[in-house]
Amino acid sequence: MSDTAAIEKAAEVHLPELQEGGQISDHSKGRKVAIRVRGLKTQFGEGKVIHERLDFDAFKGEVVGLVGGSGTGKSVLLRTIIGLIRQREGSIEVLGTDTKGLFGEKERQLQSRWGVLFQDGALFSSLTVAENIIVPLREHAGLDEAMMREVASLKIALVGLPADAGDKKPSELSGGMRKRAALARALALDPELLFLDEPTAGLDPISASLFDRLVRRLQQSLGLTVLMVTHDLDSLNAICDRVAVLLDKRVVAGTMDELLAFEHPWIHEYFHGPRGRAAARQAGTGDEQEGQRG
Amino acid sequence: MASDQPTIKYSQRAGQSVLEVGGPWTVFSIREIGKTAAKARAASGARKVANVDASAVDQLDTAGALEILQLAGAGPDTKVQTQEERHAELFKLVQGNMRKAPPERHPNWIAGWFAEVGGTLVSGLKQVTHLAAFVGEIVVVFGLACLSPRRFRFPAVIKQTYEVWIRALTIVGVLCFLIGVVIAYQGVQQLKQFGAETFAVEATAIAIFRELGVLFTAIIVAGRSGSAFTAQIGTMQVNLEIDAMRTMGLNPVEWLVLPRIVALTLAMPLLTFWGDMAGLLGGAFACTIYLDFTFVQFFERMRDTVGIWNFYTGMIKAPVFGIVIAAIGCFEGLQVKGSAEIVGQLTTKSVVEAIFCVIVLDAIFSVIFLLADV
Repeated sequence: MSDTAAIEKAAEVHLPELQEGGQISDHSKGRKVAIRVRGLKTQFGEGKVIHERLDFDAFKGEVVGLVGGSGTGKSVLLRTIIGLIRQREGSIEVLGTDTKGLFGEKERQLQSRWGVLFQDGALFSSLTVAENIIVPLREHAGLDEAMMREVASLKIALVGLPADAGDKKPSELSGGMRKRAALARALALDPELLFLDEPTAGLDPISASLFDRLVRRLQQSLGLTVLMVTHDLDSLNAICDRVAVLLDKRVVAGTMDELLAFEHPWIHEYFHGPRGRAAARQAGTGDEQEGQRG
Repeated sequence: MASDQPTIKYSQRAGQSVLEVGGPWTVFSIREIGKTAAKARAASGARKVANVDASAVDQLDTAGALEILQLAGAGPDTKVQTQEERHAELFKLVQGNMRKAPPERHPNWIAGWFAEVGGTLVSGLKQVTHLAAFVGEIVVVFGLACLSPRRFRFPAVIKQTYEVWIRALTIVGVLCFLIGVVIAYQGVQQLKQFGAETFAVEATAIAIFRELGVLFTAIIVAGRSGSAFTAQIGTMQVNLEIDAMRTMGLNPVEWLVLPRIVALTLAMPLLTFWGDMAGLLGGAFACTIYLDFTFVQFFERMRDTVGIWNFYTGMIKAPVFGIVIAAIGCFEGLQVKGSAEIVGQLTTKSVVEAIFCVIVLDAIFSVIFLLADV
C-alpha cells in the first residue's frame, strides 16, 4: 500500500468528541461570535454530500484559517456562509443575522458589512482598479464623487499598490497586484468580516508573506474578523489565531498548538509533514528574532 | 458622547487651532459631512489646523479617519489625539498611506478626436497586415496539408462538419421555407395586377436559387458558426491553450483553423442546397394556396421555365462564403488578447464583418455573372 493510500485510509478514522462549534477545547469564553454554523449539510443535487452535521464558530476579531484536503469543501463552506450556495440543512448566523431566507434590504445590509476576496480576484474586467473599489462605495455608502475617489486611492495605498495602479484595468496587472487590488475592493466599505479564498496562492514567497503581514496589520487596526481558506502553512503559522480543519465532512477547530497535539492521521500528516515542520520552524525563528529586537 | 451624526468643532487651545471631532465617523455616516464641515469652518474663521482632537469619536473606520485628516488639512505628521488605542493605530495607518487622489482628467476634445481617428486608422492598417499574414498562413498550411493529407485532421473536420452542417439543418430549413412562402405570396399579389400571377413561380425559384437561399444560409451560418469559432478560439486564447499548443509544436492554424475552414466550405453548399429546397417547398406551398396550383404544376412549370444556371450561380457562391465566414471567425478568435471581455467584443465584430463581406462578395459575384451572361 502506498503512503497516500495509507493516509487516506487512516483519515476514515472517526473523530473524537469535540466541544461546541467543532472546537478541540473551548475558546468561546467572553468572546462574541461573528460566524456561527450549526448542523450544516450541503449536497450537490442528489450526489455527493459535502458537509454533514458541520458545526463551526468564528469569534470577533480573530483570524481563522480554513484548511483541508482537495475536494473536502473548503471553498464550498466559504461560499455557503456568504450565501452563494444554499445549505440543505442547518443554520448559518453571520454577525448576528440568520442568513436563511434573507432578502432585500436586510440582505444588502449584511452584504455591506462583509468583504470577499475571491481566488483570482474577480475584479470587474471592464472597470479600472479605482472604479472597482468605488462600485461598492457608490452602491452602499453614497458618498460624493471626490470623496469616493479619495477613499479609493487610500485603499490602493493601504494594500501597497503604486498610485498609478488605480487607472489600470485588471488585465494589465500581474497576479499579485490583482490580488492586492481585489483586497482593496473587499476592504472598500471597511467591513467587519473579511473572507479570503486562497489569498496567497500563486504569489511568490516574498509577496505572500507581505500579503500575510498586510492582512494581519489591517485586521488589527481595523478590528476585522478574517476567515481565510488557505493551503499556505506559512500563512497559518504567521497570522491565524485558530485553524479550522475540514475532516470527514465536519470541522475540527483549534489553535496551532492544539492541532499539533491532536491525534488524527490526516492532521498529523498535514502539520508534521516536511512542509508543515519547515513552516513551523520558520515561524519559530521569526518569533525569536522579534523577541530579540523587542 | 454617542450620537447619530458626526460632529465637528474648530477651537483654540494654547494659541493653536484644534479640530475637535466626535460621534460616528464611518463610510456610512459621513455622507453629508461636506456641508456641516463648511458651516463649522465658517463659524470659527479658522484657516489652518495644527492638531486634531478625535477623543470624542466613538466609531471610526478608514474612510472616516481619512475625512477627518483631510478636513484638518493634515499631513503625515499632524498630531492626532485619540481616546482609544485602536483609533490611534487607524489614524497612523491612514496617515502613512495618504495620497492625493489623482486629479480628474479633462480630456481635450479636439485632440481626443484626432487621436481616435488616427488610432482607428493605424489599428485598421495593422488589422489588414495581420489579415494578410493570416491568409498567407492558411494558404501555406493548406498547401502542406494537400501534400500530406494526414494534416487535414479528419476527426476534427468531421466533428466541426457535424456542428456547422447537421446541427444547422433545422434552422436553415425553417427560415428558408418561410422566405419561400413570403416571396411566392408577394409575387402573386404584385403580378396579379398584370394578370401574370403564374409568373410568381419563376420569381420565387429564381430569387431563391440566385440570391436568397445562399444569402440567408450564409447569414445564419455567420451568426451561429462564425461567432462560435471566434468564441471557441478566443476562450482558448484567454486560457493560454493556444500558447500551450505552440510550445508543443502544434500549429494552431493547422489544428484549429484549417478543420473549421474545411468543414464550413463543405457545409455551406450542402446547407445552401437544403435551403434552396426548403425555399422551393415554401413557394410551392404558397402557390397551392394563392394560385390554386398543385405541387406537380408548380414544379413542372419551374422545370420548363427556370434555367439550371440560376441554381449553379447560387451554389458557386456558397463555398466561397463558407471560406470567408470561417476565416473571419477564426481570425478574430486569434486576435483575442488578455481578458474574457475581449472575446465578447470580437465575437460581435466577427459576425458583423462576416455578414458585411458576404454581401460585398455577393455584389461582386452579381457583376461577374452579369459579364459572363449567366
